[in-house]
Amino acid sequence: MVEFSLPKNSKPTKGKTYPAPAGAKNVKRFDIYRYDPDSGANPRIDSYDVDMDTCGPMVLDALLKIKDETDQTLTLRRSCREGICGSCSMNIDGGNTLACLKPIDECNGTVKVYPLPHMPVVKDLVPDLTHIYAQYASIEPWMKNDTPPPSSGERLQSPEEREKLDGLWECILCFCCTTSCPSYWWNGDRYLGPAVLLQAARWINDSRDEATGERLDDLEDPFKLYRCHTIMNCTNTCPKGLNPAKAIADIKMKMVERAG
Amino acid sequence: MTQAAKPAARPLSPHLQIYRLPLAAWLSITHRITGVGLTLGTLLLTYWITAAAYGPDAYAAFTDYLDSPLGYLVLFGFSVALFYHLCNGIRHLFWDAGKNFEIAATNRGNVVVLVGTVVLTALAWFLALA
Repeated sequence: MVEFSLPKNSKPTKGKTYPAPAGAKNVKRFDIYRYDPDSGANPRIDSYDVDMDTCGPMVLDALLKIKDETDQTLTLRRSCREGICGSCSMNIDGGNTLACLKPIDECNGTVKVYPLPHMPVVKDLVPDLTHIYAQYASIEPWMKNDTPPPSSGERLQSPEEREKLDGLWECILCFCCTTSCPSYWWNGDRYLGPAVLLQAARWINDSRDEATGERLDDLEDPFKLYRCHTIMNCTNTCPKGLNPAKAIADIKMKMVERAG
Repeated sequence: MTQAAKPAARPLSPHLQIYRLPLAAWLSITHRITGVGLTLGTLLLTYWITAAAYGPDAYAAFTDYLDSPLGYLVLFGFSVALFYHLCNGIRHLFWDAGKNFEIAATNRGNVVVLVGTVVLTALAWFLALA
């Protein structure tokens, strides 16, 4: 359902301000969304002034510096710090991206940090991904085939067949795209969203997979696939430079092609 | 096994309030708004045709009504909506054919649609008033 404003319990209030250490010359302010499930209070926006002269270049560096030195209660997911694990996805400066790949100096003025949009918040910058993971499982993201493998043991692909997976296999499931999509905001209960549909395309396009027909049957649904209206937020925001909108269009075209 | 205490309802993270929508997203919502506008405008068009069928008096009453500042505003809005929806509709045809999905192509498309709308609207009004 389209609901433009936030529910009552979700409206952020003004929080605390943590000044930079005395003597800091190069200070940048970070406004960070905080939610403490134990207090039951509304989320708040805390402001942290960070000394840039002693901080790494990426937004993740600043968040970890705040957690290490200023406020240990700040909660976020992170792991690899090099854009391959997809854990530190969040909304920075109005766009979804990975904190580890977002240079601080790309943000003008105060750096605003929120969790991925339109998601239930577990704590601070940690959204509850249960529903998205269930949607991912629903497309059965594994190779399905009935024919026995060749005696060599490997199901071979030609270089051309393998090329069809480029731009799809690189997805790290950070869900920046899905949570940037207004269609997903309003219909996320039934619309699968760009990340999961890109994964569906990854299996539909795999020459070794023999369930293409069933996969398309499963997506032939007014909500699962066709809530995509080519708004392009997904492609515009993907931190890996992938193109979920094109992957979805490819699935739609396959639907038409097989209808004849 | 102990039962964990039921947590408070989780808040919904901000979305429209904080998302900096790219131009393409604004054009997308404009497509829908102009679509609704055209639906309403078509009712007006139907009224126009019906008035013509009713005879000279009914037709004159309708054109008198349109020949006012408000009438011109409505007609102008209808023409802008029509040309915008047309240009963006053509763009959707390209998308439906799997083309122009790269970010650079999308940005180019944004400009083409906006310029196309302005040029076609200006041309229509130039021809109408000349």
